[in-house]
Amino acid sequence: MIGALRRGLSLLAGDSQADRAVPPTGFTANLTVFTAGAMAFLAVFALALSLAAGRLADRWGEELARTSTLRISAPAEQMAAQTAAAIRLLETTPGVAAARALTADEQRDLLEPWFGPGLPIESLPVPQLIEIIEVDDGFDPTGLRARLQAEVPGAVLDDHTRWREPLIEAAGRLRFLGGVCIVLIALATAAMISLAAQAALSANAQVIRVLRLVGARDAYIARAFVRRFTLRALTGAAVGTVAGMVAILLLPRADVAGGFLTGLGFQGWAWLLPFVIPPLAAVVAFAATRSAALRCLKEQS
Amino acid sequence: MIELRNVAYSYGGAELFSDLSLSLTPGSFHFLTGPSGAGKTTLLKLCYGELTATSGDVLLFGEDKRQMTRDGVAMARRRIGVVHQDCQFLDHLPVAENIALPMTAAGRQSEVGDDLNDLMAWVGLTNQAAQLPPQLSGGERQRAALARAVITSPDVIIADEPTGNVDWEMSQRLLTLLVELNKMGKAVLIATHDLNLIRAAKAQVQARVLRLRNRKLQAAGADL
Ligand SMILES: Nc1ncnc2c1ncn2[C@@H]1O[C@H](COP(=O)(O)OP(=O)(O)OP(=O)(O)O)[C@@H](O)[C@H]1O
Ligand SMILES: [Mg+2]
Repeated sequence: MIGALRRGLSLLAGDSQADRAVPPTGFTANLTVFTAGAMAFLAVFALALSLAAGRLADRWGEELARTSTLRISAPAEQMAAQTAAAIRLLETTPGVAAARALTADEQRDLLEPWFGPGLPIESLPVPQLIEIIEVDDGFDPTGLRARLQAEVPGAVLDDHTRWREPLIEAAGRLRFLGGVCIVLIALATAAMISLAAQAALSANAQVIRVLRLVGARDAYIARAFVRRFTLRALTGAAVGTVAGMVAILLLPRADVAGGFLTGLGFQGWAWLLPFVIPPLAAVVAFAATRSAALRCLKEQS
Repeated sequence: MIELRNVAYSYGGAELFSDLSLSLTPGSFHFLTGPSGAGKTTLLKLCYGELTATSGDVLLFGEDKRQMTRDGVAMARRRIGVVHQDCQFLDHLPVAENIALPMTAAGRQSEVGDDLNDLMAWVGLTNQAAQLPPQLSGGERQRAALARAVITSPDVIIADEPTGNVDWEMSQRLLTLLVELNKMGKAVLIATHDLNLIRAAKAQVQARVLRLRNRKLQAAGADL
């Protein structure tokens, strides 16, 4: 590990002689830097997307997993009796940790975003809500529904799973797709750099011939190319990563709406993750150029 | 050090030569002559491993060329200094760096130092050190190529028409350099049409003159 690191660093510090042996090529160099930069920019977003989706899935999964709601719609005179019956029933249901009827104030707070403040909730036929806290394993919703139907006809059980599951699944899928994007970006970068390296190698066929004739080994010749492309990818990716992070930092903050898009960002230590992208790009470029170079050298003579 | 045993070569068509044997031993001095197109350059390329014989064996420092890895060939070439007929420089590097190239390619650039200056003075290129190869005259290129061939003090020196473009006086200087190296035990093989050069060399060293002709390698007549 240390040895590999030292070799990597000495590669970057470079053998200026091997480097000079191959003439500089402006155009492919700029293309490589640009591509690495663009790919790193995209990778930052894919990473942010993946992290945000992961957070979303975790939050929905955890917060909602252990609560559900019972809604009682009944004529006003039966409301109190049915509520009491429902709570009695819930308290004897295995898997229910606690059940509690929401107070009028709490119900008003829930409705306030839609109806505005000061809603005369007592005079409206608003259903009574009962909050159910489940134990870890939860209860059996089908069995509970059957019992409720018999004893509290106005009760509707909303165990959240109905709408929660596809959402969590979607968030999980999104996280996975973010990961797939990062892998695809890495592979595309490798392919692009292989092509660029191959172009540089064929453009320098005569230089390589002369180097071979004076006794240069393949590894020596390859090094000049590998070092160049690694540095280019590192530079481009560093610029692209910083640009991507700035772009994410500048995303409008709308915590009030609290939607998914505003969650697209890095939190806490996750801000360090994008810094992995430039070294990763360098490693990809190193491997791609090295294998392209050694393969080309074998074919050329 | 380099040995060709019953070697034949063809570029796909008819054989250029066949059943050819040659041994370059330490301290030996060979001239190779023959009509243009006889295959002198080709024979030299077999000797430094750029080409592989179509039949027969080529041994480079005791190893069969066919069994050698690419790295093995590279290591063998470090022990063989070659003046190519078409010189083969890196056109983007100054002459001095081109001459030092075999050292840098072998990771020995720290050893270069004064030898390079002495060598460049000997071949008369001190003033051209910073020029690029395409800016040199034909003769200057050949002198630079010879300087590059000997900078590592190789065991074997192979030169293809090293004096084709230089004046008589300079060719004598270059020959002196090769003769001195030969006296130090290096094997020398020179392909040339220059009979005067051969005569001048025979006055200084025990040189064998070989003639490649009609697909055969023979000892040249006593007139040489
Ligand atoms: N790469 C090649 N492919 C096909 N034929 C070749 C190749 N190189 C040389 N030849 C042919 O092989 C023959 C010998 O070439 P070579 O260069 O060895 O001759 P030479 O004896 O060195 O001639 P000169 O004295 O003019 O340098 C020539 O007829 C040439 O056309
Ligand atoms: Mg020739």
